[in-house]
Amino acid sequence: MNTRFALIAAAAGAAVLLAGCATGPSKAELDQQAMALMKASFRDQGIAKVDRLNQDLGQAACSTDAEVSDEVAERIRNEALASIRWPAGGQYFGNWIDGERIAQSGRGMTWTDASAETRNNGGNCYNCHQIDKKELSYGTIGPSLWNYGKLRGITDVTAPTAAPIVQYTWAKLWNSKAYAACSNMPRFGHMKVLDEQQIRHIMSLLLDPRSPVNQ
Amino acid sequence: MKPITRAALAAVVAAAFCGAAWAQAKSAADGIAEYRKMLEDGNPAELFEAKGEDLWKKKRGPKNASLEQCDLGKGPGVVKGAFVELPRFFADTGKVQDLETRLVHCMATLQGLDAAEIAKTRFGQGEMANVTALATWVASMSRGMKFNLSQAHAEERRSYEIGKRVFFFRGGTHDFSCAACHSADGQRIRLQDLPNLTKNPGDGIGFAAWPAYRVSNGEMWSMQLRLNDCYRQQRFPYPGFGSEITVALGTYMGVNAKGAESIAPAIKR
Repeated sequence: MNTRFALIAAAAGAAVLLAGCATGPSKAELDQQAMALMKASFRDQGIAKVDRLNQDLGQAACSTDAEVSDEVAERIRNEALASIRWPAGGQYFGNWIDGERIAQSGRGMTWTDASAETRNNGGNCYNCHQIDKKELSYGTIGPSLWNYGKLRGITDVTAPTAAPIVQYTWAKLWNSKAYAACSNMPRFGHMKVLDEQQIRHIMSLLLDPRSPVNQ
Repeated sequence: MKPITRAALAAVVAAAFCGAAWAQAKSAADGIAEYRKMLEDGNPAELFEAKGEDLWKKKRGPKNASLEQCDLGKGPGVVKGAFVELPRFFADTGKVQDLETRLVHCMATLQGLDAAEIAKTRFGQGEMANVTALATWVASMSRGMKFNLSQAHAEERRSYEIGKRVFFFRGGTHDFSCAACHSADGQRIRLQDLPNLTKNPGDGIGFAAWPAYRVSNGEMWSMQLRLNDCYRQQRFPYPGFGSEITVALGTYMGVNAKGAESIAPAIKR
């Protein structure tokens, strides 16, 4: 073997080793390893199958403490907006009593729940939001929704002037990522956590001037 | 523990929590601190500590051996101070291990018990209940000490980096990640204060509190069970006991908690 070549090869090898010592795996390698370990570490249990680890664009892009680029954020918002199913017959409202019940419930979709049907699921709303002031046990991850409709000037939900707020609220509940790409709020309609009728009830809770939330 | 005692305990805690709900100014943390103080001399975790110490010293398993030669990172048989340095890299397994996976490793190598079988056992049952008791005792031997995980070995640094990525991984029906609830200061779910686990959240908070006795269900919860139930509530599939991501999360939280004083085993709602 050519001695000079061997020397160069050895030096190159040593350089690679040294570089390896100094830096360890690259960021991209760690990303890959973490994904592989996620897949290897979980198993199906009841209704919670491992396919829940298959990330869509937004889940993947928002799995970091870094800012998502404007371009990706816009794509996520646009896709989310396009995914929204508007209520059948233009009927946006139900009743706030059922809305309050759904807002209170944090149940559903875990591996200890028997079925993923929407009627078994709650909205988890109070876990993160203040809503009716009478409920003292509320979370603070999301903003307060007390007087949600009143603060937005809703005196009649059917008035044309109310339409932008009504539609925004529906869209936010259906797919929260339409307005904030990495929102911590679940996409209740889009992910089939809640159905149209359940969302109508929550709409009433938040927007109806007669709802306890707007007193 | 006698049911009547448990009921009495639950009532005390319920009272502490009702108090917190009644007077909004009083946070859940104040409530917790209050009942922790009330129960200072009577944390039922002590029963599990005693059971764990017995199990450590008792000759058991096919090899009829005790765990007294188990190396938790500070040399065979050294228990004091081991908890606040775990997870760490172990040369004999070539892996980063947390307290519970290391205990199972010792139960397998020293006592001849079946590690895979233990990992499959439900929390609170059979040998898994023994692992929890052992972890409770080992943790108690570091009470008052500060977390100080090593990042000297390349595998320890890799474990941290993997753990960080796992912590921020979003998925499932609700788009939740660990970070969704645990990456900001001063947030709550309902009345429950959420520790910010991306940094040192303070003495005896988050990683520095588990294993813990949970009054609401009268169970002793290890860190592995704490993570398991977090993932259940995240609507994720089921994390394997001692799986690499659970150990990596331990490394991430443990390194971040550097300097935090351990109060484990704590008492929780």
